[in-house]
Amino acid sequence: MQFQFSSFADFLAMDGHGIYVWISFAVTFIALAAMALYPRLARRHLQRELLNQQRIEQRRRKVKAQRTVVQENA
Amino acid sequence: MAWQWFHRLGSPRWFYQKTSGWLPWLALVSIVLLAAGTVWGLGFAPEDAKQGNSYRIIFIHVPAAFLALAGYYIMAISGAIGLIWKMKLSFAVMRAAAPIGAVLTFISLFTGAVWGKPTWGTYWVWDARITSMLILLFLYIGVMALSQAVSREQVADKASALLALVGTVNIPIIYKSVDWWFTLHQPATIRLTESSSIDPSMFYPLLIMIIGFYCLYAWTLLTHTRTLLLRREIRTQWAQQELAGEN
Repeated sequence: MQFQFSSFADFLAMDGHGIYVWISFAVTFIALAAMALYPRLARRHLQRELLNQQRIEQRRRKVKAQRTVVQENA
Repeated sequence: MAWQWFHRLGSPRWFYQKTSGWLPWLALVSIVLLAAGTVWGLGFAPEDAKQGNSYRIIFIHVPAAFLALAGYYIMAISGAIGLIWKMKLSFAVMRAAAPIGAVLTFISLFTGAVWGKPTWGTYWVWDARITSMLILLFLYIGVMALSQAVSREQVADKASALLALVGTVNIPIIYKSVDWWFTLHQPATIRLTESSSIDPSMFYPLLIMIIGFYCLYAWTLLTHTRTLLLRREIRTQWAQQELAGEN
């Protein structure tokens, strides 16, 4: 097995086909990376959503507790 | 007793915890294989006698097209299992498979178009193979859209599973399109039953890329499914615990 090109410039040019080959590989790997990393984003989004919901619930409970205190005092 | 595993498989929690340990390995194997295959294919595989260096696009075009088709089977079969046994997990796999399949179909169409320019002199022709792949892309997008269009999740699941099943008609057409119709697309270079028309020096890197794409597919299908399960089960305690944890 041997490297098929005599220089790095040669490797980039690929006898004039370089532009097609490199664009194909670049677009492919960008698309694959986006596909692979998407669940991470979705997960972070879910985490934030869950935290927000929990905060809202806590606040609701607090308000409720305060109300009962006020009613008892009155 | 014999069916116990099958019922367990229907449990999102069991599936989620079972698959956690596989993910880093799948990720590692797929990255290593894809890196090795890319370097080998781009730099070390010999130049093609007829097409010159543009043929190197084969190392991503063929694996992407393989997985675009295999992914459709996975989507349709898990949709069918969901319809028959009303399994939540199965519908989640179906939903996860749709965007992944769409990305892979897009990759095979895009690389095919770019490859077509130096080889056929045109980016696009409306021939059987290419048109049926475009229909595959629309089927994937259709399943994605339908699964999000209906607000009642169970109805959306059933409708998109039906669409996926009906779309299966397209798969044998894609496979056979290069044999049935006159087309610019070259016939299959790798055959299981007969001898392949590809030299081993090009076949090995291609094989590495195909296995790498399969591993990447398995990994992304799992991670997409797992996030969908967390979203569906967000009211349950186990899902909230998982979300609170690392990763």
